[in-house]
Amino acid sequence: MPEAATFQGLSWNPLTDLHELFAYQFMVNALEAGTIVAVMAGVTGWFMVLRRQTFAGHTLSVIAFPGAAAASLAGLPLAVGYFGFCGLGALALAGIAGTRRSLGAESAAIGALQALALALGFLFVSLYHGVLNGLDSLLFGTFLGVTTDQVVVLLVVAVAALGLVAIAARPLFFASVDADVARAGGVPVNALGFAFLLVLGLSVAETSQITGALLVFALLVTPAATAHQLTPRPMLGIVLSVALALAVTWLGLALAFFSIYPVGFYVTSLSFGLYVLVRAGRVLRARLRATARLALEAA
Amino acid sequence: MSAAATSLKPQTGVPREAAVTFEDAAVRLGGRTIWSGVSLSVAEADFVAVLGPNGAGKSTLIKAILGLLPLAAGSASVLGRPPGAAKGRIGYLPQRHGFDSGTQVRGVDLVQLGLDGARWGIPIPGTQGRKRDAARVAEVIELVGATAYASRPIGDLSGGEQQRLLIAQALVRRPKLLLLDEPLDSLDLPNQAAVAALVRRICEEEQVAVLLVAHDINPIIGYLDRVIYLAGGGALEGAPDQVITSETLSRLYGAPIEVLRASDGRHVVVGEPEAPFVHGDRHA
Repeated sequence: MPEAATFQGLSWNPLTDLHELFAYQFMVNALEAGTIVAVMAGVTGWFMVLRRQTFAGHTLSVIAFPGAAAASLAGLPLAVGYFGFCGLGALALAGIAGTRRSLGAESAAIGALQALALALGFLFVSLYHGVLNGLDSLLFGTFLGVTTDQVVVLLVVAVAALGLVAIAARPLFFASVDADVARAGGVPVNALGFAFLLVLGLSVAETSQITGALLVFALLVTPAATAHQLTPRPMLGIVLSVALALAVTWLGLALAFFSIYPVGFYVTSLSFGLYVLVRAGRVLRARLRATARLALEAA
Repeated sequence: MSAAATSLKPQTGVPREAAVTFEDAAVRLGGRTIWSGVSLSVAEADFVAVLGPNGAGKSTLIKAILGLLPLAAGSASVLGRPPGAAKGRIGYLPQRHGFDSGTQVRGVDLVQLGLDGARWGIPIPGTQGRKRDAARVAEVIELVGATAYASRPIGDLSGGEQQRLLIAQALVRRPKLLLLDEPLDSLDLPNQAAVAALVRRICEEEQVAVLLVAHDINPIIGYLDRVIYLAGGGALEGAPDQVITSETLSRLYGAPIEVLRASDGRHVVVGEPEAPFVHGDRHA
């Protein structure tokens, strides 16, 4: 009976459907995990977009893939691989940023690291002999099989990382917007940059566990970029970024539950749709304003 | 004229506390001496321009005052303390090329960062301290005349508007010393004069000493108290009319320099060699 219920689809009675959604422990776990991940990705993503570190963020998500593959190969929990590799990846990125000669050299070095990560992931998958079960869920995400223990780990890491971000919020904002003035004002700009990369690594490791390594951007970048389009106010922007990430996660999980298509697809498409809508809205508003100004001048 | 030019010491008028003093100071960067034997004194509430060709070490001087670069020789005192010890009382505007048009940060938030950007913890809205901060931010934005556009994203503003907000940011903590590194660089001529007039007014109203690094003295000469001229690995300090002369600059460069006065009063410096120039032997 429960198996049949999953594939029954929508009953078109919202209350029954909502009840259905919470009837299974795996779905409750998935919703809890999704909520934690969305909040963390919303906050760190907002700072990442502000700091123009989306390429570093993307590289960390690519590094998450060999992490998960290595963990499967060694018979360890996937979370160990995600957190371990993303943490190491953040250290490597911080090392690259520390020795950088120019922005171009930095992004080239990050790109090289990214290629190495993908190659390692492929190697680990090959070493697994035969098809690594669930390779596509490593890459594109799954909401099945999130355990209660996993939810606890996600929560503890998220609370610790977000606590750090909260304490450092203003100096981090200052260092991100105007590093030279912040440094002259006594803000430890380099230490903050290093700490932020670590938090970003943790954030990517968490998000990968829901969206898969390749679709981390759906939660980490797109809601944050949309929020930056909507408002230049920092507090409001962070709240919006979290709200959008939560909305696409919940909706994506619900849609995946009632259909046969994967959750990563829904979360990504929803956040992309929102971003396009907001961009289009901004362009349209600018056009309307220009037209109104012209009409005013003509009158 | 020549007697005045020979004097490298600041003129003694009404005795005022010195904001910045350098005694026989030198800075080396990567084994190269940028300048040496520099002695200068900036009095409180003085408006001083730092002039000289590219690479003469103008930004280096600012960084030495901030304590970001150590002195290789000599001594320095900033607001009565060693460089770097008076950070909270110095406003600094670094050399830059403006915010690009994508920068989605409001001017008012940028000014606010000048006040509390180095503080840890989350700001709690509605507290007394928060309201006092907001009032100070509004006051200093009014002072630079940026109220009309302070809540727009900084990337959407013109160079002159950005520069006014950045000056407000540097001023928000009521510094006693303001260091402005090429604030006029990307501005057109009317805006250069307007920002120079604003700095002069701030200097008097807020009783703050200002060091302004500039390429061209002409748009600002009417507002200045003194100039520091860096060239040839050394520096000269004095009133503009004493320093910007053929004789003084020729001696500083160690090469023939001619200063011409155009009919509209503009100074034209002819024969200025571009740095890197011969360093070191000037004092030998």
